[in-house]
Amino acid sequence: MNNTKIDVNIDIKHLTRVEGHGNIIVNVSNGKIEKCQWQVPESPRFFEAMVRGRHYSEVARITSRICGICSIGHTLASVKATEAALGIIVSEQTSKLRQLLKHAENFDSNVLHVYILAAPDLLGAKSVFPLIQTHTDIIRRALNLKRLAHEWGSAIAGRTTHPTTVVPGGFSKLPDIQALKELKQKLTAAIPDLAATVETILSITDQIPDFNRPTEYISLSNDNNYAIYDGHIQSILSDGYKQRYPVADYLSITNEYVSQWSTAKYCKNKLDSYMVGALARLNNNYAQLKPQAKLAAEKFNLSSLCTNPYMNTIAQVVELVNDVYTSLELLDDIISHGIHHEILVEPEKYGQGIASVEVPRGILFHDYQYTEDGLCSGGNFVIPTNQNHANIQYDFEKLLPELLEQNKTEAEIELALEMLVRAYDPCISCSAHYLKVKFV
Amino acid sequence: MANNKAKVAFFDFASCEGCQIELTNYGDKDFLELLQHIEIVEFREAMSEKTSDPIDIACIEGSYTRQADCQRLLDIRCRAKVVISYGQCAGTAGINALKNHQADYQSFVYDRDAGMPHLDSDNAKPISSIIKVDYQVPGCPVNRYEFLDIISHLLHGKEPVIPNYPVCVECKRNETICRFLAGDHCMGMVTRAGCGAPCPADGIPCEGCRGFVDNPNQYALSKVLHEKGGLSLHRAESKSLLFNANERDNANKESEID
Repeated sequence: MNNTKIDVNIDIKHLTRVEGHGNIIVNVSNGKIEKCQWQVPESPRFFEAMVRGRHYSEVARITSRICGICSIGHTLASVKATEAALGIIVSEQTSKLRQLLKHAENFDSNVLHVYILAAPDLLGAKSVFPLIQTHTDIIRRALNLKRLAHEWGSAIAGRTTHPTTVVPGGFSKLPDIQALKELKQKLTAAIPDLAATVETILSITDQIPDFNRPTEYISLSNDNNYAIYDGHIQSILSDGYKQRYPVADYLSITNEYVSQWSTAKYCKNKLDSYMVGALARLNNNYAQLKPQAKLAAEKFNLSSLCTNPYMNTIAQVVELVNDVYTSLELLDDIISHGIHHEILVEPEKYGQGIASVEVPRGILFHDYQYTEDGLCSGGNFVIPTNQNHANIQYDFEKLLPELLEQNKTEAEIELALEMLVRAYDPCISCSAHYLKVKFV
Repeated sequence: MANNKAKVAFFDFASCEGCQIELTNYGDKDFLELLQHIEIVEFREAMSEKTSDPIDIACIEGSYTRQADCQRLLDIRCRAKVVISYGQCAGTAGINALKNHQADYQSFVYDRDAGMPHLDSDNAKPISSIIKVDYQVPGCPVNRYEFLDIISHLLHGKEPVIPNYPVCVECKRNETICRFLAGDHCMGMVTRAGCGAPCPADGIPCEGCRGFVDNPNQYALSKVLHEKGGLSLHRAESKSLLFNANERDNANKESEID
């Protein structure tokens, strides 16, 4: 049967199983595509304005509230940018503990996305709730890994949703060595569950659509490790060409602009759009994955460079393995040095500071200006999901004709588009966009 | 399959959705136990299923910030026997209300595009400004065990008990050294307890994220932050607004009436 004359009308308001609010609108009339849009109707929240007049000790506590899933990442990007503005250089102990914390967040969010948000599509369910009956062991494992991530982050940051102890200059309270030893035991004990996660997802990968659209992939990168806490901005194109840029140049990489087709801001660097997130990290930094993570990647035939955006979820699975093995090494290092009481490093100056971390959904930038009294005079944030919106839109525009060509039904097209958006793991609440930096 | 479990749904407005994320941090035992007693029938962030049946308990996260959301709130109220404001954004507008005191927040963030209709945003308000709210789970984020306690009370036909004493009581109970004695400042003396006072125990001030107790001494608040906490008068006042811009306004209005 040939359905090239098909009519398709998809009007999804507030797509489910994503963080925040997004719409999918498709109109195909008699086989002709009239409309194909990824829209973002999220209510704006104006954090850039809210940080004005705030003391440097308060700013991260405000900006962590940009996102409940990435609140550790927003806190870390915020304190790092504030420290850069204030001339604060933190100790090696602080830096290692923050890296450990950053891995906790990455693990936490990737578990949430892989199991709770994405896996139901691959298992043919509408959510995890029916799976409690049909796949009890998998759901128990998911809840326990999520709980582990929460305990892991809380051991260092006090709590995972809006951390308490992470402050400019160091930690307001340090974990004791016993807590870190217990954390190491818990991570070690979770290794069988990690292996089981890989096997579970491997058993349903045939449900992942075969769709490729080469684009530009941007993430942090450094020479020492699989970058999630610090590094340069790095771009890789599908021919493998890599280029690095200083984090301070983020505005000339992100280039946010208003599109006539969508209410969301778009970003572009070398091409019409670029992708950030786990797949972009893996494409840029595959060589620096831990050996156990590379083994997991090989099972999925995933290596650099992968141009299938649906594989972002698989890249997250690989990162779960990488997060645990990297953190076990970090813990050995920290425990062997012992935890030393350190007073917070005091400001040396007041000016502008820019910093970046990888949050689970991709590269995040915070940028602040401080005046002599330690008060913030302006802030700017560029959020990963905003950097992905244009790439999602261009994926839609390539995918929809392919699906029509394959004679897919309206329901199948709808699911394929929903799954594509979910694969990016969008975090739309984060969409605290900017147009122009304007410090007062 | 018919069952007698209470039907519970979650909805979100302007927020970070972190309070909903807290539900995923219970671990398997507690969460599956909770599901022995309630049936989650709608929860956009975690499930695609929707229900047309009446909802026993609707938990709403997020603030009301624009007229476009009014009808959605009214619809939820019509569908639900009990409405809970879930987290501080819904309860008092919390951190979102920080912009309410800034006349230029739209043009500062969006510059010449500030007038575009989809960027419409009025003052952030509690959802109770639009619909009747039966119970509140305070906090930014919520204390997920307090939420369990409230649900448990409702399932047993009891009135949930939310503390009306300040966070200071919990610090004393925990034997946490007072932030003022540590040379810092704190909002705990006017902030509603129930969180277990984790922030002072972690070496940072209580920021007042759960809102004020009933009848807080707001006059003394800035004065204490200034005189005992060492903050400038400007910072003392701005500190008191951090999570409580709307509550501070209400209290000022009440004192004018007095």
